[in-house]
Amino acid sequence: MKKKVLSVLLSAAMAASILAGCGQAAAPAAPAADAGSDASEAEAEAPAAEAETPAADTAASGEGGKVLNIAAWNEEFKTRLTDHYPGYEVVDGTHGKIGDVTVNWLITPNENNAYQDRLDEILLGQESASQDDKLDMFLVEADYALKYVDTEYAASVEGLGINLDETKDQYQYTKDIMTDSNGVLKGVSWQGCPGVMIYQRAVAKEVFGTDEPEEIQKLFADWNKFNESADKLKEKGYLTTASVADTWRVYQNNVSKPFVDGTTIQIDDNIKKWAEDSKDLYDRKCTTTVQQWTDDWNKGFYPEGKVFCYFGPAWLIDFCMAADTEGSIAHDGGWAATEGPQGFFWGGTWICGCEGTDNADLVADIMRKMTMDPAVMKDIVLKDNDFVNNRPVMEELANDTSYQNAVLGGQNALKMFCAGADKIDMSNLTAYDQGLLGDYQTSMMGWMNGNFASYEDALEDFYKSAEVRYPELTH
Amino acid sequence: MKNSKVTRVNRWGYIFLIPFFLTYVIFQVIPLCSTIYNSLFENYRSGLKQIGPNFVGFANFAKLLGTIDVWNYFENTLFMWIGGFIPQIVVSLLLAYWFSDPSLRLKFQQFFKTVIYMPNLIMASAFAMLFFTLFADQGPINSILISMGILKEPFKFFASVTASRVIVMFMNFLMWFGNTTILLLAGMLGIDSALYEAAEVDGATSSQVFFRITLPILRPILLYVLVTSLIGGLQMYDVPQILTNGKGDPAKSTLTVIMYLNQHLTSKNFGMGGALSVIMFFITGVLSIVIFNLNKRKD
Amino acid sequence: MEENRKVSKGIPVRTRRVISYIVLIFFTLLCLIWFYILLINSTRSHAEMTKGFTPIPSTHLIDNWMNLVHGTLPIFNGFINSFIVAGGAAVLASYFSAMTAYAIHAYEFKGKAAASAFILAVMMVPTQVTALGFIKLINRMKLDDTLIPLIVPAIAAPITYFYLKQYMEANLPMSLVEAARIDGANEFRTFNSIVLPIMRPAMSVQLIFAFVGSWNNYFTPALILHTDVKKTLPVLIAQLRGADWLRFDMGQIYIMIAASIFPVVIVYLIMSKFIVGGISSGAVKG
Repeated sequence: MKKKVLSVLLSAAMAASILAGCGQAAAPAAPAADAGSDASEAEAEAPAAEAETPAADTAASGEGGKVLNIAAWNEEFKTRLTDHYPGYEVVDGTHGKIGDVTVNWLITPNENNAYQDRLDEILLGQESASQDDKLDMFLVEADYALKYVDTEYAASVEGLGINLDETKDQYQYTKDIMTDSNGVLKGVSWQGCPGVMIYQRAVAKEVFGTDEPEEIQKLFADWNKFNESADKLKEKGYLTTASVADTWRVYQNNVSKPFVDGTTIQIDDNIKKWAEDSKDLYDRKCTTTVQQWTDDWNKGFYPEGKVFCYFGPAWLIDFCMAADTEGSIAHDGGWAATEGPQGFFWGGTWICGCEGTDNADLVADIMRKMTMDPAVMKDIVLKDNDFVNNRPVMEELANDTSYQNAVLGGQNALKMFCAGADKIDMSNLTAYDQGLLGDYQTSMMGWMNGNFASYEDALEDFYKSAEVRYPELTH
Repeated sequence: MKNSKVTRVNRWGYIFLIPFFLTYVIFQVIPLCSTIYNSLFENYRSGLKQIGPNFVGFANFAKLLGTIDVWNYFENTLFMWIGGFIPQIVVSLLLAYWFSDPSLRLKFQQFFKTVIYMPNLIMASAFAMLFFTLFADQGPINSILISMGILKEPFKFFASVTASRVIVMFMNFLMWFGNTTILLLAGMLGIDSALYEAAEVDGATSSQVFFRITLPILRPILLYVLVTSLIGGLQMYDVPQILTNGKGDPAKSTLTVIMYLNQHLTSKNFGMGGALSVIMFFITGVLSIVIFNLNKRKD
Repeated sequence: MEENRKVSKGIPVRTRRVISYIVLIFFTLLCLIWFYILLINSTRSHAEMTKGFTPIPSTHLIDNWMNLVHGTLPIFNGFINSFIVAGGAAVLASYFSAMTAYAIHAYEFKGKAAASAFILAVMMVPTQVTALGFIKLINRMKLDDTLIPLIVPAIAAPITYFYLKQYMEANLPMSLVEAARIDGANEFRTFNSIVLPIMRPAMSVQLIFAFVGSWNNYFTPALILHTDVKKTLPVLIAQLRGADWLRFDMGQIYIMIAASIFPVVIVYLIMSKFIVGGISSGAVKG
């Protein structure tokens, strides 16, 4: 009965579209799992055979499609492309042009996992999308890169026509992250994100009598020393870090086993150590449990915040520490950088091509220009202060005394970054890291705040959250 | 002859019900059936790989009900609803009574009535965002309390179970007490003034009038307020979601059932999400039967 | 008369009046302060806001607005979409709920009790419970990323129905309807030309409730809408908040919230006479 009512109504209203809808609902069940680079050619030709538009003809003749669709979660890459890719013209907020190809930006913010949700839907619908609606490129972050890299949706970089030798100047870790389980490179990045410890010069002078990076490094060379020095800072009324979350990346990047083994969550000793050290620091009132990127966390960018140090890569120093704002520490060049207790990296954006793109040549060219061309790379450093993914360029600038960072009071920290970038080891990355690290931090902060009686209770709470987020995981 | 005409007229009853029922069946009943159907399957996405649907019977229900979690979240929801509802109904009754009391002859009534409804116009999410900023560790509330000498160091509102819940309750109260006041006022103004006059002749005090006359007559409208508020309460989502970034901090003490459902939906876990929806459906069903029966018995 | 009261009651009227005014003023401040904070914050730049809250307005109102308008989010589309969705949903909800209430109130037919009980029962079902199936259905119907699934389902609004039915029982004399029938008006016309005008106060109340509810709704639009130009304001605001460190600008967020509340406040203030007055004069006796 119910079915009958529905079918009558539906058929009356939208018979045609429903039929199409049903047909499609069945299609994604069988994705083109074995689509190699051959398939991309086959697909590019398919519409040409059916459609009689001139656009389709050019697609077949190898010039590529008329629309380049790029999925991203923010404007960063768009800005980079606008500023540094030759021939890119801005049309409006979400469109651009390269020659006669329209660039269409599909920007969905990260909030609430929205970017990944959207990207999932687009990728799963690639099969049935028309040639101009098909996604050609998408961006990913390290925390969930493997989720996409290890699928057939991301195109092999070699398959796009790039010789792997062209990527030889890139830092190895940026390539490791993008290498799938069969050893195929699936994406490239223009930036490297080795992190350093960024501390307040004035506070260092007041508490330790010096603001020299070498001297400060001695006082923070390992976690024991770090925790001892925290007490000295406390005596003078300073927080060591703005939040326990600040040191998270440092501990997490130095684990000896991944977060997930198969489908079993495992807690590395260093991750446990983060929780214990942090609780200890917090109990001694040397730090807080606020979330990063909140007002409370930002306070430390100003002298009134009384925060000694942050941990972060080049982008944190140059874009986040409020250098443009009167009265901020960064504005007066009051920070300095040192290696800190352990090396780490944080963030970074990678470019992936889509399997089956009708703009393979253009995608490859963008990858080449934006991540491999030394001239463009150097330009990005000089104009945007980014740390780029090109060893010779970075090493040249590291030894260039004229390159100074105003936020760091004129210090050239590039040498430090270069050394850090070489040491980054990404072998313990998993596809689950983004969700798990957030849940782990939340549960552990609950323990630090006294809402869980013990570490074990907090860990149980973490497992609960994690297994809701990733139904396939167990512990 | 007359009978057939009445029947013919009454046929319009069916016709007028068509839009409601048709829409309801399409947009609610069919989704509900598909939700129930889904609850019997293992069906989620692992990365970009679809797992299932594999028929698993009541395994999802067993898994959900096998732990105390769902009940905890249900308790959180009810607790925060009641904590907001009690002050809401008390304040609303008081204000509505004052507005309707002819002996008080309050001025600017229109202004007050208009203003108390206004918090409801702010998006719950924007409201939550404001509160998050205000009650931050270094936020204005803390700095005011410290400068007044009430606190020595900042109180971490969002690290305290009680404080977080109270903030949620307070926000719910603030957003809905105006609405309730207006509804109750409508009911009070409908009360025959002869009743009040009679009470006055008998020398009743104003509190006697309120409890013996006003409240009993208001019962139907109170029922409406209770039911709609309970519905809203069970669906509590926006405020704690934005306030705690979807996590229900601290220690999942502000995690409501719908937030929990949303977590399953976010991870594309249609099996567990379906099972949780069905459980929620049964709980609300039982609650509504209880409430309507209580009302009937008193009638 | 007033003298009499003074003698007979526990607390003198004047004292009670003073207490009422104090309490009312307290609640008025409690209700308005949020609007004040929103307005202040929308005049301040992001940098000023990271330094802490002050009650004094700053000078960046126009900057913030310009940043917002020239940003990548299509906020004007957002306004239009929100108006279409909230307006459409509010009109459909109040009109068809009145129709449903009239069907139950004015006619005798088989299954009426069951229908009435059914609506009361489903009133309790949280919309989110069916969200899962709803998304699947919408995808099937190819209505994903359109405004239709946000508007049309409003036809079945049990809570609006419940209120209107309560009102109808108290305020709609069947004799009026009978008179129209004798004049030979058809039932549909009777409903539109006789019943609806009587229901106007109650309907305008539900109209604004439904409008505000839909205007501020985030849950369903966030699930259905994906393309920026089709999104409603709450979804766009969430998007602004989700912007990353490069673009994060509290000034823009606050001005967008202020701007999106503004139309609702205006509509509300215009309608408030109807609402407050409407409810008061009409009275729901239940």
